[in-house]
Amino acid sequence: MVTTLDGIFREEWGRVLATLIGVLGDFDLAEDATQEAFAIAADRWPRDGIPANPRAWLMTTARNRATDRIRRERVLAAKLGMLVQVDPGEPPMNATTFRDERLELIFTCCHPALAVEAQVALTLRTLGGLTTHEIARAFLVPERTMAQRLVRAKHKIKAAGIPFRVPPPHLLRERLDAVLAVVYLIFNEGYGGRDELAAEAIWLGRALVELLPDDAEVRGLLAMMLLHDSRREARFHDGEMVLLGDQDRSRWDTGEIADGRAELERALALGGRGPYVLQAAIASLHAEMPCDWVQLAALYGELAHLTASPVVELNRAIAIAETDGPEAGLRVIDRLELDDFRYLHSTRAELLRRLGRTDEARAAYRRARDLTDDGAERRFIERRLGELASATGSSRGRHRRQQA
Amino acid sequence: MKYVMLIYQGDALERQAALPEEEQKQVYADYQGINETPGVTPGLPMGRAENATTVRVEGAKTLTTDGPYVGMKEAVGGLFVLEADDLDAAIEVAARVPAARYGGAVEIRPSEVYW
Repeated sequence: MVTTLDGIFREEWGRVLATLIGVLGDFDLAEDATQEAFAIAADRWPRDGIPANPRAWLMTTARNRATDRIRRERVLAAKLGMLVQVDPGEPPMNATTFRDERLELIFTCCHPALAVEAQVALTLRTLGGLTTHEIARAFLVPERTMAQRLVRAKHKIKAAGIPFRVPPPHLLRERLDAVLAVVYLIFNEGYGGRDELAAEAIWLGRALVELLPDDAEVRGLLAMMLLHDSRREARFHDGEMVLLGDQDRSRWDTGEIADGRAELERALALGGRGPYVLQAAIASLHAEMPCDWVQLAALYGELAHLTASPVVELNRAIAIAETDGPEAGLRVIDRLELDDFRYLHSTRAELLRRLGRTDEARAAYRRARDLTDDGAERRFIERRLGELASATGSSRGRHRRQQA
Repeated sequence: MKYVMLIYQGDALERQAALPEEEQKQVYADYQGINETPGVTPGLPMGRAENATTVRVEGAKTLTTDGPYVGMKEAVGGLFVLEADDLDAAIEVAARVPAARYGGAVEIRPSEVYW
């Protein structure tokens, strides 16, 4: 039971807003009214105490605010002689059984007729309850740009007739994949260091599991995010990147690993074998010591088959290098068409270094460095180049893993 | 909702012309099917973009040029009006337009009243 003000606001924002949009059929009106209700609560609750049923209070207050506004606008319109219409009364809303319409909301926000960046922003604003300012800061764009993006997206939903509903069965899989892709994208933005986005993505992932408990991919995505997030603290040391094999395992979040594995188990029990479930299984194996590279190579193979992604194939090459030796890994890598991908070159460099082919390793590290604009990654590669210069060929056999 | 559905042929006309007769018949049948779909008001069949004339007015002068406003490949190739519940329903109709699967596309524009 959530009892703090912040906690209640966090939990209830998306729900109240979703229900209101469902009732009013208007994003802007619903958002303004929800905002007002939360502002009133923030003002009154600390003084008068939290009501027995905070959700009902927020819903009713927001609904009343919206009704007031509709009336005011009607009166104004009538005064101006623009509209002659009978007041339809209050929008119907049963105060005891508010329908949870968060699924309708997220499917609308992630509709493919909206640009992906708009899908992300809308999802964070409506379901996540982040302010425009917070979203703008997280994505490093000016607040005005983000505000315009949100306004445009909401306007398109209305003007183009994007439906507020859970898609019918023949569209569900494809549309759900779009929703999962948005959550994953938010998580990935956060993985680069903006912690609040990773936390937000996990929160959204949990909400989706609650709403769609029988979908293996939904659980797989949550499992994968938890397992990656568990290593957050260990991925950097004094601002420098640390590869998986070199991480201080005492800094891994064991609670998150356990949660992630439990989700993975449930996903597998549901018969899941989709891309997110596979990635979660891979992340789970990476958290084991010693690492089962044979099984990892097999899982990467399965994932590469599903996604046809050369990046996944690159990861398979790393696992193969561990089981069958660096030459075998290099053979897989040299078949890939990923010449602009920095990790291809850093992986090649690492395998070449292990083989004592120092000059080639150096050239590959330089290529990786030139493709990288991330400061921490550049410094990491510079350190590797420095090691190669000082210990020409002698560092052979020091196995390090590329996964971070 | 009322939608204006704009058909862009892209490579579709060439590709359809190269199809075996049976498949060409299917293309015609599919367009016929679109026209008979409830909610659809067919537009007049549009002639080829190469026969288009584009008119601009600068100052008081009417400037007339040969061809469509955009490039030949990007020109509108046809249109119809669709009355549908929502965008998903319109997307389903758009996906049935042969141009969409032979290298062209359909653009869905919600109709709007400006005056």
